[in-house]
Amino acid sequence: MRVHFKKSYDEDIRLFEDWRRAAKYGVLIALMTALPFLISDYILGEVTLVLVWCIAGMGLMILAGHTGQVSLGHAAFMAIGAFSNLWFMSQGMHFLIALPLAAIFTGVIGAVIALPILRLSGIYLAIATLALSIIVEDIAIVAEPYTGGVAGVFAPPIEMFGLTIDRYGSPKAFYWMCLICVVVVTLGYANLLRSATGRSFLAVRDSEVSARALGVNVTRTKALAFGLSCAVTGLAGALYAHFIQIVNYESFLILISITLVLQVVIGGLGSIHGAFFGAIVVGLLPQGIAILRDFLQGSVGIDISAYPGIDTAVFAAIIVAIVIYEPLGLYGFYMKLKAQWQLFPLARRDMFRRSKSYLKTERMR
Amino acid sequence: MDVAQLLIGGIANGCIYGLVALGFVLIYKASEAVNFAQGDMLMLGAFLGLTFINSDRADLPFVVGITAAAICLGAFAYALDRFVLRAIFGQPHFAMVILTIALGFILRFAAGSIWGYDPVSLETPFAGEILRFGGLTLAVADLIIIVATCALTMVLWLFFAKTRLGVAMQASSQNQMAAYYMGIPVKRVNSIVWALSGVVSAIAGVLFAAKGAIEPAVGLLFGIKAFAAAVIGGFGSLPGALMGGLLIGVVEQFAARYAPSGTAQIAPYALMLLVLILRPGGLFAQIAQKKV
Repeated sequence: MRVHFKKSYDEDIRLFEDWRRAAKYGVLIALMTALPFLISDYILGEVTLVLVWCIAGMGLMILAGHTGQVSLGHAAFMAIGAFSNLWFMSQGMHFLIALPLAAIFTGVIGAVIALPILRLSGIYLAIATLALSIIVEDIAIVAEPYTGGVAGVFAPPIEMFGLTIDRYGSPKAFYWMCLICVVVVTLGYANLLRSATGRSFLAVRDSEVSARALGVNVTRTKALAFGLSCAVTGLAGALYAHFIQIVNYESFLILISITLVLQVVIGGLGSIHGAFFGAIVVGLLPQGIAILRDFLQGSVGIDISAYPGIDTAVFAAIIVAIVIYEPLGLYGFYMKLKAQWQLFPLARRDMFRRSKSYLKTERMR
Repeated sequence: MDVAQLLIGGIANGCIYGLVALGFVLIYKASEAVNFAQGDMLMLGAFLGLTFINSDRADLPFVVGITAAAICLGAFAYALDRFVLRAIFGQPHFAMVILTIALGFILRFAAGSIWGYDPVSLETPFAGEILRFGGLTLAVADLIIIVATCALTMVLWLFFAKTRLGVAMQASSQNQMAAYYMGIPVKRVNSIVWALSGVVSAIAGVLFAAKGAIEPAVGLLFGIKAFAAAVIGGFGSLPGALMGGLLIGVVEQFAARYAPSGTAQIAPYALMLLVLILRPGGLFAQIAQKKV
């Protein structure tokens, strides 16, 4: 077990703890870059979807994990990002301009919505955002000139540097584009957490009263977090639109919002890694269940396809298990394993025992 | 006359929203948890009622069937709290939200596997019967729903205001630790509240099924709407939940009639957002600012 003796403030907030960690992430990025040559195009498509979920998950993680504001309506912002991006492109804008513009547009809308909504807290906020998600679903039908109404809009192939990037025509190029977005967002996120703004997010999450006492403008911080979160989610929405190619009101149902929240909880609230772990589970679980189904049918003779909806039930059962046994999510589980490995013969069973806690009322705040 | 007709239809719908909202508020009042599976409990209650009452199933009389459904769902909700939700006792509210969302998925799947995914309807002794009253045409089902809701609300209000158990429930919601010190068995109280909420949901479910067809997916959107009702009333106030339900039922009816098409579905949620923004605690607010 290596112990880091920190000698300066800069060392404490460094992006990478030491060169080993930097090297690990370098290897990971190299591996991800080379991935299209190692696996089939079909699996590559699934991995691309996971990358899109990673971005959306990071968007929600900023808000739910690091600012402590739960939103059950982030699919609404994915929808705004997707439709605005496609609308900008249909106005003849280049994709490279339309994509960030869509993210900024979603972020601004998010921040504007946040100002009245963020007066609420806890469960009320969750419900208000849930309602927002339902309202946006219906607005997507009504606002036909921009969203194509019930039929939806078709996402055109992206022309860039003489290349045509298209989900089916050139899956490799589309994958790399998503990968670049993921890396950029992740770097931005990690750096945000090192900055004063990022730490004020954490302060607001842990105690609004103390944050205010320390001179943090709580309202402004929350609105900023909401705006940033929406911008990142909008970016994910735009990429998702190009991934599924035809978007209409049904692409961003309330179930997507709920799945997003479940995703960050499965992964582990309050860590960037959590967003990735959660995305991997959410993105690959349907495939996993399909494989399991074929296996059960082939070897045991149990036909679970007779029960429609079993995949959501299994998903839900996993979440129940995680909430009960591992409140810190998969990332928390990973950290525990790592600690036990590092301490190898010295780890004790009670080391991770949760202390008894009592609920504090939200009615007095 | 047209307006009065719409009003009564809206009130009858609103009563069911109000009953489900009551289920939310009961659980919130006692354990400050928000049960996102409330709509699915309504769905379960409706299916249970259907199993007991329909002539091709158990074929019990209506009142016996509704009682049996209420007892079954009450016992189920008690067990749910005892064996699943108690595991996360004392953890932040958010854990409960996630857990109940997931449980809702599982309940929906279970109901689909048992009763199938096709819409089915309940046989009631008063199906299709109407009363003519002046120029109004009233469905008997609507009247029964309104009367049953009023009676149930009165009973619950008396329970919380006058009985020791009701007061113990309020105490354990306001401060778990202090409630422990006062000798209240907080965990058991929580389970009893869940059972009570299950009973209310079963009654709401059977009343809902008396008006139209039910299917496993009916719970999700219905739950969210009832949720809006509870929020408008100010989560934590029983009469408030009922008021919110009525308001939503009536607004929905009038929006469907007079508002441009496509905007009618969002009327309840728009109303809720408006209330939340203008009065963040709901119409009958229970939130108080903490004094440091």
